[in-house]
Amino acid sequence: MAQTLSRGPVTGTALQANAAKRKPFLLDLYGTAVGKKYVMAITGLVGIGFVLSHMIGNLKAYLGVVTEGDERMYDIDVYGEFLRELLVPILPHGYTLWLLRLGLIGALVLHLHAAWSLTQLNRKARSVKYQSERDYQVANFASRSMRWTGLIVLTFIAWHLADLTWGWVNPDFVHGAVYRNLDASLSRVPVAILYIVANIALGIHLFHGTWSLFQSVGANNPRFNRWRKAAAAGVATVIVVGNVSFPIATLSGIIDFDPDAITCCVDQEGHSE
Amino acid sequence: MSNLSNINLKIWRQDGPDSQGRFETHQIPEISDEASFLEMLDILNERLIEEGKEAVVFDHDCREGICGTCSLMIDGQAHGPQRGTATCQLHMRQFDSGAEIVIEPWRASAFPIIKDLMVDRSPFDRIVEAGGYITAPTGGAPDANLIPIPKPVADASMDAAACIGCGACVAACPNGAASLFTGAKISHLNLLPQGQAERYKRTEAMVEEMDSHFGSCTNHGECEAACPKEISIDNIATMNADYARSKFKNRKALSR
Repeated sequence: MAQTLSRGPVTGTALQANAAKRKPFLLDLYGTAVGKKYVMAITGLVGIGFVLSHMIGNLKAYLGVVTEGDERMYDIDVYGEFLRELLVPILPHGYTLWLLRLGLIGALVLHLHAAWSLTQLNRKARSVKYQSERDYQVANFASRSMRWTGLIVLTFIAWHLADLTWGWVNPDFVHGAVYRNLDASLSRVPVAILYIVANIALGIHLFHGTWSLFQSVGANNPRFNRWRKAAAAGVATVIVVGNVSFPIATLSGIIDFDPDAITCCVDQEGHSE
Repeated sequence: MSNLSNINLKIWRQDGPDSQGRFETHQIPEISDEASFLEMLDILNERLIEEGKEAVVFDHDCREGICGTCSLMIDGQAHGPQRGTATCQLHMRQFDSGAEIVIEPWRASAFPIIKDLMVDRSPFDRIVEAGGYITAPTGGAPDANLIPIPKPVADASMDAAACIGCGACVAACPNGAASLFTGAKISHLNLLPQGQAERYKRTEAMVEEMDSHFGSCTNHGECEAACPKEISIDNIATMNADYARSKFKNRKALSR
């Protein structure tokens, strides 16, 4: 076959090593798709860590009321206050929580930016699509819907903050009264359904993400490779089952705020009503 | 041996790189089930030439699955429905009488269509040129076993070296990524003692060359399923691990 196209410049390493001025190390790594996948994996791992501990923390809602001295209070409210009190003798009240939040916000921003630029790159890499139907062999629903499940989760995060952190969309919101707010929000059937749907999307996202991050950071060892998919399924299942249990428990009355059950400590409006 | 009848082919025709392409339908009234897929296209082309029409342009060479020249997206699968084989090793017995077979070229921005089903895969050459070799005076053939290499390591390297550079991984990848090709080319050398001297320089150069042509890996695993040599996506992990290491190692060397 005759060569029909001209050859591009040869990019041999011997002649051109260090020819291009490199950016600082981390930016240099982030400059390539492989580097961006590292960022996706590491920020994703931060996200998994957060979601897992968030879910475990929320399980405190099932512990109901605890008694400390003469005061009775919801255990999860105590836990919420504990988060603000983290490392308190070392850092002032609320500082550690904000440091953790800044870390999460940074991870989220990086995860989104990397996802956005990789998506753009991938669109460009196949500017003309296949004109006939593709017959995928192993790509599963989770891997193919990452961008959609990611967007659902992102939208949900915004709602979730507006609902239970800022209280904008929670009609009966009292700052710091975690148990009360949880009950007020999730007792609304459409909201409960929203939480269930969003968490299933999160689980699908995490199933592919957890498996995929091992590949992205090159954690590939024949000894544990067969456990990677199982670990991903386990992580996703634990998080989804834990999180979906909250709206279900609220709707079925297992989580039910009772102002008379507590005597402390946040100013619970409506307590005396 | 038996014959298949009434095969309908829906073939992508495109006059040149910048022309508008379209699907064209051709009928194969009868074909032996022992004919290879490419032989079936040869028969179609002979008929087209006899009729004074233009033959369908497609890549092919060795026709025994070792050269990596043939391509073709057949019914939405790179190299057709049979696992672990190239299009040239696919036979008509894989299809049924009366079937409609859709044939498309590889589609990736880095693989522009030259004509019909033939694409230009030279970005693969650019990647190999960036570091897929060993710069060492080799002299005469060395004695066997002069450099001891554990059998599993040699096997892993040979598995990666089986890559024939056909481009099915790029074609099958929903993102048009060439991670399996580049990963295979990198692992093949990086696993062996001979490849160690240039290991990180090679990885950095090849990954960055790949980046300027292809999409990114999202770990679907479609490439592994489409690969006629069944090269494992473990090689992609090896590439990723070595790429990060290359950034650390090079930095150390540069700062001295």
